[in-house]
Amino acid sequence: MLEIKDLHASVEDKEILKGLNLNVNAGEVHAIMGPNGAGKSTLANIIAGKEEYEVTKGGILLAGEDIEELAAEERAHKGVFLSFQYPVEIPGVTVTNFMKTAINETRKAQGLEEMPAKDMLKRIREKSELLEIDRKFLSRSLNEGFSGGEKKRNEIFQMAMMEPKLAILDETDSGLDIDALRIVANGVNKLKNENNAIVVITHYQRLLDYIVPDFVHVLYDGKIVKSGTKELALELEEKGYDWIKEEINA
Amino acid sequence: MDLKEKLVSSFLAFENTINVDDTVHDIRSQAIKTFEEKGFPTKKEEAWKYTSLNTVLKHDYSIFPKEENAIEFKDIKKYFLHDLDTYKIVFIDGKYSSHLSETTHEKIDVCLMSSALTYDKYRAVIDNYFNKIARQDGLTSLNTAFSKEGAYIYIPKNKLADKPIQIIHFSTGNEAAQMLQPRNLIVVEENSHVQIIERHQSLTDNPVLTNSVTEIFVDKRAIVDYYKIQNDNQNASLIDNTYIEQQAQSVASVHTFAFGGNITRNNLNFYQKGEGIDSILNGVTILEEKQHVDHNTLVHHTEPNCESHQDYKGIFDEKSTGVFNGKIIVNKEAQKTNAFQSNNNILLSDKATINSKPQLEIFADDVKCSHGCTIGQLDDNALFYMRSRGIGEKEAKALLMYAFANNVLESVKIPQLKNRINALIAKKLGVDIGFDL
Repeated sequence: MLEIKDLHASVEDKEILKGLNLNVNAGEVHAIMGPNGAGKSTLANIIAGKEEYEVTKGGILLAGEDIEELAAEERAHKGVFLSFQYPVEIPGVTVTNFMKTAINETRKAQGLEEMPAKDMLKRIREKSELLEIDRKFLSRSLNEGFSGGEKKRNEIFQMAMMEPKLAILDETDSGLDIDALRIVANGVNKLKNENNAIVVITHYQRLLDYIVPDFVHVLYDGKIVKSGTKELALELEEKGYDWIKEEINA
Repeated sequence: MDLKEKLVSSFLAFENTINVDDTVHDIRSQAIKTFEEKGFPTKKEEAWKYTSLNTVLKHDYSIFPKEENAIEFKDIKKYFLHDLDTYKIVFIDGKYSSHLSETTHEKIDVCLMSSALTYDKYRAVIDNYFNKIARQDGLTSLNTAFSKEGAYIYIPKNKLADKPIQIIHFSTGNEAAQMLQPRNLIVVEENSHVQIIERHQSLTDNPVLTNSVTEIFVDKRAIVDYYKIQNDNQNASLIDNTYIEQQAQSVASVHTFAFGGNITRNNLNFYQKGEGIDSILNGVTILEEKQHVDHNTLVHHTEPNCESHQDYKGIFDEKSTGVFNGKIIVNKEAQKTNAFQSNNNILLSDKATINSKPQLEIFADDVKCSHGCTIGQLDDNALFYMRSRGIGEKEAKALLMYAFANNVLESVKIPQLKNRINALIAKKLGVDIGFDL
């Protein structure tokens, strides 16, 4: 599904990713952990197509296709979804209208007709129930005045609506209380299937109790320095990141 | 001969077309003298520092309208709000068009200034209100001197105008260049309510200069909602001088949607004359090419416990220029005044310009007054957020611009008008997005 080879990327001439390799197959959940400043959010933004980063070497393949030259919206049309660490407030555009526009623009790009209103309403109803979102919430302006937890839940609602092939969850657990965390994780688990893949970027192990990863990677100084299974996350939780830094620097 | 000389010397010919034996004509005669003395404003005047009329005044305008040019309704239908039942006062090249209009004298008067200036039954209202709040500056005096035609709206007390009123001025280009000077008088008595939509539309690329004056009197507890749509051709310039006097507990709002034209200058003046008044001034300006829009507002608070709210949003692309000059005066007696002003702007191009200048003159000590001005670009993070959801760059920008202007659009009280303005914005931004706000 996602294949990243020797990826080097910089912003304003500062190299942030320094030869990153990652392979994610359909049906898998990968967790990427690491200390602050390791390049986790950069990686998420680069996969989603943020323009301020410059890829200087290496490439990103989605389902075998090089997406390096594609704009953010074109990547979305091909099934890439990023759940933002800091979702943006858009006054005057309701959650529902935003999703209608996003889905229909994506369908247009895929050569499909606009989704009939009835189907749209049905999908909105199903997905809002999945995330336990109040209907009134959907007619509010996107993210405006939402609490941190509401923003994150709304991100996963959008993910459910868009049905992506590759979902990247960037620090989705930050700002969530334990009940909201459970709801969000439950939503993600229900969306997981054989044909999609999920990359969870997190600083803490907490979320991984609920969204259980098949693989855990440690990102440090722009590279994946260690990979393992979910036990690695527990070890990191217990021991912190210092022992990894020492291992690398030794 | 320059335009000023031409206008002054045309006044004698103008006098041959009107009744010169009445008090209104005394006002006109005085006004042409004032214009002769003051002339057109120049950039040397502080209030005109950022707007030059030089390029506009160089055309050889014809001053008197020719006979009505036949226009078929089907050709101009799109400029009307046709999904809404309204009264209509329509002018073609400055002449009233009866076949395009729908006026009334039932309970309320929605008719012509030329009638109001002619017939005795309107005499009392004209004597009480005509030219009573219009400023004695050069441009307004020029309009007053040639005042003859325009809209006349009189809503007696305790009446609700049963539908909105559209005032539309068309220019057909049957003259190489044309100057129009409509004069409107709107009197809304106690407890009454009216909604008015005004539009100026040139149908060709021939130069047009409109110097319009509107006086609006809003009596106690009356409500007036006024909407101006300024989306004219690139050779059409507009100087709009609007004067509003409000009595106690009245509410008056003016929305100005400035989307086009060559040079547009809005002189919008509110005079509060009682307690418990609310004045609302909202604007959305979206410009490109070399378009220029200058909003010059004045709110004068003279009595206690009144409010004013100004919210102007501007989006400027290419080489367009915007000006916002908002003056608030709070007299010593006007305690407990709440006066708010905000002017937010987005510059989409390096060559676009906005000059924003608040002027607060506060002589009372127990007031809440605030002003704020921002100038920025579209938020890159917000754009990336939208694009990552599959929304194309152009559409994402358009959505952000809608979001930016949203609170002003939301305050439009006529749903059909709001839809029309949304559609005008979508067309202007070159997008067709399947959402409604």
